[in-house]
Amino acid sequence: MSKNPEFVKFDKVDKSYDGKVLVVKDLQLDIAEGEFITMLGPSGSGKTTCLMMLAGFETPTHGEILLDGNIISNIPPHKRGIGMVFQNYALFPHMTVYENLAFPLRVRKVEKDEIDKKVDKALSMVSLNGFETRMPAQLSGGQQQRVAVARALVFDPAVVLMDEPLGALDKNLRESMQYEIKHIHESIGVTVVYVTHDQSEALTMSNRIAVFNDGKVQQLSNPAELYEKPVNSFVAEFIGENNTFNGEIIDIDKDKCKVKLANSEILANPISVKSKGEKTTVSLRPERALINPSEKMDNMFTGKIEEVIYHGDHTRVRLNLLGSSEFILKVPNSTSNLELKVSQDINIGWNSVDARALDPK
Amino acid sequence: MSSETKQILTTDGIPLEVSLKKAEKKNKIKAFLLVAPLLLFLVITYIFPIGDMFMRSVDDRMVTNMLPKTFKAMEKWENLEELPPEEVYRGFYEDYKVLVEKQEHGKLGQRLNKEKNGFNTITKRLFRQIKRNKIDESISIKEQINKIHKRWRNVEFWLAIKRTAPPYTMAKYLKGMDMYVASDGSIAQVEQDRRIHRILWLRTLEIAFFVTLFSFFMGYPIAHLLATLPMKYSNLLMICVLLPFWTSLLVRTASWMILLQQQGVVNDFFVMIGLVGDDNRPEMMYNKVGTYVAMTQILLPFMVLPLYSVMKTISPSLMRAGKSLGGTPFVAFWKVYFPLTIPGIGAGCLLVFILAIGYYITPALVGGASGTLISNQIAFHMKTTLDWSFASAMGLMLLTGVLVIYWIYNKLVGVDNIKLG
Repeated sequence: MSKNPEFVKFDKVDKSYDGKVLVVKDLQLDIAEGEFITMLGPSGSGKTTCLMMLAGFETPTHGEILLDGNIISNIPPHKRGIGMVFQNYALFPHMTVYENLAFPLRVRKVEKDEIDKKVDKALSMVSLNGFETRMPAQLSGGQQQRVAVARALVFDPAVVLMDEPLGALDKNLRESMQYEIKHIHESIGVTVVYVTHDQSEALTMSNRIAVFNDGKVQQLSNPAELYEKPVNSFVAEFIGENNTFNGEIIDIDKDKCKVKLANSEILANPISVKSKGEKTTVSLRPERALINPSEKMDNMFTGKIEEVIYHGDHTRVRLNLLGSSEFILKVPNSTSNLELKVSQDINIGWNSVDARALDPK
Repeated sequence: MSSETKQILTTDGIPLEVSLKKAEKKNKIKAFLLVAPLLLFLVITYIFPIGDMFMRSVDDRMVTNMLPKTFKAMEKWENLEELPPEEVYRGFYEDYKVLVEKQEHGKLGQRLNKEKNGFNTITKRLFRQIKRNKIDESISIKEQINKIHKRWRNVEFWLAIKRTAPPYTMAKYLKGMDMYVASDGSIAQVEQDRRIHRILWLRTLEIAFFVTLFSFFMGYPIAHLLATLPMKYSNLLMICVLLPFWTSLLVRTASWMILLQQQGVVNDFFVMIGLVGDDNRPEMMYNKVGTYVAMTQILLPFMVLPLYSVMKTISPSLMRAGKSLGGTPFVAFWKVYFPLTIPGIGAGCLLVFILAIGYYITPALVGGASGTLISNQIAFHMKTTLDWSFASAMGLMLLTGVLVIYWIYNKLVGVDNIKLG
């Protein structure tokens, strides 16, 4: 069976709550069948609104949403057959775990035996067998989360929506749940639309990530590309860490450009700049700049160490470089590591291909 | 394991439990002193009055104190089929003479008349004989009294006196249920056309029940709206709900009178839209309709507020979850939302019912003859007949009724499920 690449389709969707401000602007987004897609963005960027429109709790002001080729804008939520995991789990507090899971099956008039079978299967999927008779309040946060996931999957929906489901968990639990959800997705092949503001969560779990800002999708690509090749300075800023230089293009050819900073010049990779005289923000990942590079790099400068912060697996070094004291370096901690001391001068180098000249901030 | 069985000592060697008690003793005393005024206040204003009310309702010492010698002598009266012996007559005569001197004989006559009709006449006759010094104490008093009136020769009247001997009586409670102790000591019902109290009790329960029901059906959507509307609107709505609280009960009831009377606003409106003819205006006041309408409006906040406080805590995502899982809006409401509001429903209904069952001013003003409640009857006995002991008895019966309802509620729903706010 071939997978439908447009299983869920947002077609020119606009959404406004008050008729004055658009929270979602001209959204065009295709989600393939079986895909794990994450909507990532700061709060107020419109990602949850998109999810709510897909679930049917909000109606698009303009445009259509299609599910498997059918327009669903006029179908009420309970007929869409879309599973949903809520931020605060939304488990029914007056029902046992079993009753919570049986709810979507009972309203679909499934036979009792069938319900038992499906509930059992769903619970074993999240490894919570034996918890049937517990009340949600008797479960830990992580267990409640798993019940919520199992409940959203128990009626075999075509699409499952997850609205920051791990937001309330502590860090370790969140990480293990990330893998668990990822594995569940891989094993049953359901289409997942996941909303989060946590970029590391998005990077670890998704097939593709849609970065939202200001009601628009800024970039839609797989995690690696998103991190390595951000298309604009918002994405570069939002995903991972980066060092930025603001300047003006003074020379440009096909794959290189010269950027004039306040009192020096650097070479960069022109991404969203076209011509001389344009203002630009150059973005460089901290791990792409090397200390005392052995090979020849086309950007070589000397900086002064301002601060050294030990982070366990790596050390962060803050440098004063090219007139900015906010240049960050990430140095892996290995035995061969040289001793870094504050106010020491070091040589830094990077390739112009990693320094992406993006739209000005 | 061993730490549970072994006594734990502090570093100074004092057992941990002793040390803990010592440390907390001061706090406990402080806490008690803090609540002591309230406790005292409650005892003075609540426990004592209820105790006093109870004493008053069963108190029947008046005759006991008036006729001490009679009752002493009656202990020797064994054959109750026949008239009492000479000692009883003599005791009664002596007691009665004392009462005549103190001018309290009238009270006794009235009290005994309540016990047995016709007593007033024969005690008055006895009074006249004593006034004229016609009784010769040196010969048999029994014969002289028996000659005064034939009723004195009827053993029933002496038995009536004997029945008043115990200092305590349940008669007031029986009267509250339209029953009385018959002359043979059994409990009997009053005649059909004189059973007013039982009708009042039933009507009180009925009105309280329906007022609770109406308040629930009206209050539930309001509370839901309050809990889900944006702050801007819900505050305004909350003020509308609370407005009755800020207006005097009398003013509110009076405005209902203006609205509901036959020439009132509501009737004018009905006539205007042609619902009823001008000469055929329905009576909406001085009957149950008026009581229902006014009491429901006045008690509505007591239903809305507990419901609101419960609904406020129900996350809107629960309804959404219900719908996204495939429940129709009704199923999501009935299976998810409604069960979660039961604590509020319980609290609201209990509150409204208990308030309604003892409601007084509104039924008194708009209730008319068919819309008055038991509390109006209590007030009537407090103010008009001055039969305080009967009023107390009915008040206590009302209190008992409320406690019974509370107990039933606890059995059915569980009091720990109540959430008042």
